[in-house]
Amino acid sequence: MDEQAFLEYVQSGGQVETGDWMPDEYRTKLVKFIEMHGNSELMGVLPEREWILRAPTLQRKLALTAKVQDEVGHAQLIYRVVEDLGKPRARCLEDLVSGKAKFHNVFHYPTKTWGDVGVIAWLVDAAAIISQKALLKCSYAPYARIMKKICWEESFHILHGRDVILTLMNGTDEQRELVQEAVTRWWGPLMQFHGNPIAAEDDPMFVWRIKSQGNEEARQQFLDGYVPQIWELGLTVPDPKLRKRDKGVWEYTEPDWDELKHVVTGHGPKTQERLDLRRHMLDQEAWVRSVVLAEAA
Amino acid sequence: MIFEVFRQEKKGAAFTHAGSVAAPDAVFAEAFAHEQYGRRHESVALWVVPRDAVREVTDFPDELSKTYHRVDGYSLKAKLKEARERAGAASP
Amino acid sequence: MSERAQRLLEIADDELILGWRDSEWTGIAPSLEEDVAFSSIAQNEIGHARALYELAAHHLGTTADELAFDRSPEEYRCAPLVQLRRVDWAHTIARHWLYETADELRLARLKQSDDPEVAGLAAKMDREEVYHRLHAQMWADHLRDEPRFRSAVEELWPYAVGVVDEDLRQALAQRLNLARDTSSIGERGDPSDEFRALWDEMTMVRRSVPGATW
Repeated sequence: MDEQAFLEYVQSGGQVETGDWMPDEYRTKLVKFIEMHGNSELMGVLPEREWILRAPTLQRKLALTAKVQDEVGHAQLIYRVVEDLGKPRARCLEDLVSGKAKFHNVFHYPTKTWGDVGVIAWLVDAAAIISQKALLKCSYAPYARIMKKICWEESFHILHGRDVILTLMNGTDEQRELVQEAVTRWWGPLMQFHGNPIAAEDDPMFVWRIKSQGNEEARQQFLDGYVPQIWELGLTVPDPKLRKRDKGVWEYTEPDWDELKHVVTGHGPKTQERLDLRRHMLDQEAWVRSVVLAEAA
Repeated sequence: MIFEVFRQEKKGAAFTHAGSVAAPDAVFAEAFAHEQYGRRHESVALWVVPRDAVREVTDFPDELSKTYHRVDGYSLKAKLKEARERAGAASP
Repeated sequence: MSERAQRLLEIADDELILGWRDSEWTGIAPSLEEDVAFSSIAQNEIGHARALYELAAHHLGTTADELAFDRSPEEYRCAPLVQLRRVDWAHTIARHWLYETADELRLARLKQSDDPEVAGLAAKMDREEVYHRLHAQMWADHLRDEPRFRSAVEELWPYAVGVVDEDLRQALAQRLNLARDTSSIGERGDPSDEFRALWDEMTMVRRSVPGATW
């Protein structure tokens, strides 16, 4: 098969397995994309896990621990796929902590209150799930297969998030304020999350059918699903331009793409601190891997 | 070492491939698979197999149409029609 | 408070605080697979604490969450072993192995309780603990010759002793194959500075809006 035939093959729904021939460009872009996903799951764990220790009820503590556990499990699934494509887990982790490899913008920001716990599970996860659903039909089959398990596990995360938010909104003024303050603070990163609106035809991820949706389509889906949920609770979003036009398209203030670039290249408010924690734990427990776990990292 | 994990969703169902875990030996692999593929009781049983023990077979040449041992190799309508007519004509 | 309630709170507090400490490893354990496995154990511990608190709460006229979070540090009955802050894997696994063995002896006794509710719950917890014991033994076997693990066991043994009643301590030493002096360090109900720091973090959100629903 040559590159052109391969392109036609994946564009008509063809599936690629690990041992199949694939163009170098497809393989390189695939590994980078999937690796970034794994890095994001692993880094996303850090802002949330602090709140496991502070969860105010036994139910919330259990749910949050289980949610973060799922995310670690997702990282495990994802790095296995990357490793089978030729890049070992230890190298992925090394590139992550050295700043060489990227992870999604939202995980570079601080969590400040229990309101963040709710907003992350409700809105940030929702944005991520939209992207993940667009990967269920990925041309690279091993990745599509793990996305099924990932999406299935995310279903409880959404309910947990909603439950936390609704409980806060039905509580005291202070608790409602926790939610509003968190929504206000997270709005910017949320709007940047799906990336700048390059046309699907110009997006290699879409062309190779690694993902089945362009960036703007994902963002529109997010707004369509979640702005009504935000507004119906009496919460506001810090964008006076946000509205749905007659044709069903959402209008909004152009997100700060410079901020996005700045953050994902390692300059977010919490980037260094979190990478340092990862590096610290990897170093501290390196003996465990060499004594017991051998390959596993 | 990589261990492949197969899971059975419920009794009577086939074991299907679920994924893989990295572990130093079979004991760890079982413990890891138990939670990665069973913590929600989504499986009633798991098979955990070292990757080396799994052998892939993929070469199935289909060059000289072997319809003789498939259902689509048999078209009996015309023959049945002829046989029925013959029996109808021959009856007393 | 009745003897029964005291006993339930002792075990519940052990499970809650150990579960809290173990849950801290979620996201930062030595391997991703181990992270997932160990998190399940931490969740089970919290789950056991919840069931035990619910049993005690029913008779004390309160709720499990109130027992778990709304007491002052002095009112907790957890063992000194679980109060220790040891965020390194050698100590974590040493504590896990020591505690699971002690808990097995304790649960065996509890399963014989005259109180059917207590006996029933003990049996359920015991069944869930099968995985914990398997996991702890697996790690103990692999780390048997590792100096970090051995010195952690040395250090934690006198604390572990305090998890069980005096008459079970010899059995504990035998079960762990540690020909050891069974004198214990510290007492239940005596909150260390490390425990106070834990309590502070554990209750900070809840205390931020007292009486609220979360």
